[in-house]
Amino acid sequence: MTTEFRSDYAGDAGFDGLTPSQTVGPYLSIGLPWPDGPSVVEEGTPGAIRIAGTVYDGTGAVVPDALIETWQADPDGGFAHPDDPRGRPTGFRGFGRCPTDDAGDWAILTLKPGIVPDREGRPQAPHLDVSVLARGLLHRVVTRIYFADEAEANAADPVLATVPPARRSTLLATPERDGYRFDIRLQGDDETVFFAL
Amino acid sequence: MLPSYRRDDGTTHPPLLSPGYRSTVLRAPREQLVLLPHTLTEVTGPMLGEGRVRDSDADLTLAPGGEAQGQRIIVHGQVRDADGRPVPHTLVEVWQANAAGRYQHRWDQHHAPLDPHFTGVGRCLTDDSGHYRFVTIKPGAYPWGNHENAWRPAHIHFSLLGRAFTQRLVTQMYFPDDPLFAYDPIFNSVRDERARARLVSRFDLAATVDSWALGFRFDIVLCGTDGTPMEEPHDD
Repeated sequence: MTTEFRSDYAGDAGFDGLTPSQTVGPYLSIGLPWPDGPSVVEEGTPGAIRIAGTVYDGTGAVVPDALIETWQADPDGGFAHPDDPRGRPTGFRGFGRCPTDDAGDWAILTLKPGIVPDREGRPQAPHLDVSVLARGLLHRVVTRIYFADEAEANAADPVLATVPPARRSTLLATPERDGYRFDIRLQGDDETVFFAL
Repeated sequence: MLPSYRRDDGTTHPPLLSPGYRSTVLRAPREQLVLLPHTLTEVTGPMLGEGRVRDSDADLTLAPGGEAQGQRIIVHGQVRDADGRPVPHTLVEVWQANAAGRYQHRWDQHHAPLDPHFTGVGRCLTDDSGHYRFVTIKPGAYPWGNHENAWRPAHIHFSLLGRAFTQRLVTQMYFPDDPLFAYDPIFNSVRDERARARLVSRFDLAATVDSWALGFRFDIVLCGTDGTPMEEPHDD
């Protein structure tokens, strides 16, 4: 009956019971992408911006089997979520999900988020939280997208202030002709800043 | 008062750099992670699924045109947080190989038959008490080229959004007594043996349906809150 890997952990509730993360593997595109995943807002929505980028590995090779997920406030800084105590439901989905293609490219269409306070009430610069999932990542890695054209707000942002100054630029989406570019370097020179949650 | 979610103490999740799993070597970040405070952005998260999931999405054996081949199984369980509270109405997404150990994916060149009636994708929402249930077929083991004679233990990929950005989890469910456990660097990337055991479903006779399907139970625990008591302490 007994084996080395018993899973009869009844009564083991509590933090010890946390389920470990595992990689999405190379075939995540079977189960995770949605047809409307990259469209946080519909094409043609006033004020919509495209945030696009490429994912690179430690040799600079593109990563064609990653998934990018984004989570963000609406343009007024509110979240469609019961734990936002300011409760201003706007119907804004706030969630984007886009697999990379064969060239390692991804893009989402969204609205620029507004100001979100930190726990002390200090304003945070406009930002999106980002999860990167891929073969070879045993646990998602988390980063933030800030906007290079928000220099004043970025300079006062309490989270950016904790990032070594020389690395902050890896968190800035840079304006392009039709939106912003945010490349993700998993490893190596100019490695993107990743956060511990 | 905003909830604050408990941070991983480093014993549950696998280290990003786990060289036995070769693909981690060029993809795992090398710089130290920067501590992210749990602001509104992190304690909220997408609560999606209503309107995105049909009841039939929870039965992977019913692709158009015919029934999937293989050993029919029922996979069910409860999604809770580490405080023991159920996570209701949360989206559970799964994907897997077919009974012969092949994925319906253009990159999968394993010399095993494709099943025209099995796409290997399913989704459902947990109910009021955090329970989910899928009908599917037991996936086969398959070779993956990571090292000599490398075969993945049979597994089903699980994705959960949870209630907050902090709770997002992607994992794999394994089956009891798989002889491949000892040789698999992905399974063994979880270093704590008890944590690793929590990736293994257990056979569930109560969920087994006579003459139709074997039952397996896989409970999933997402990170819990920290420092915000949710109920009065009691001595008992």
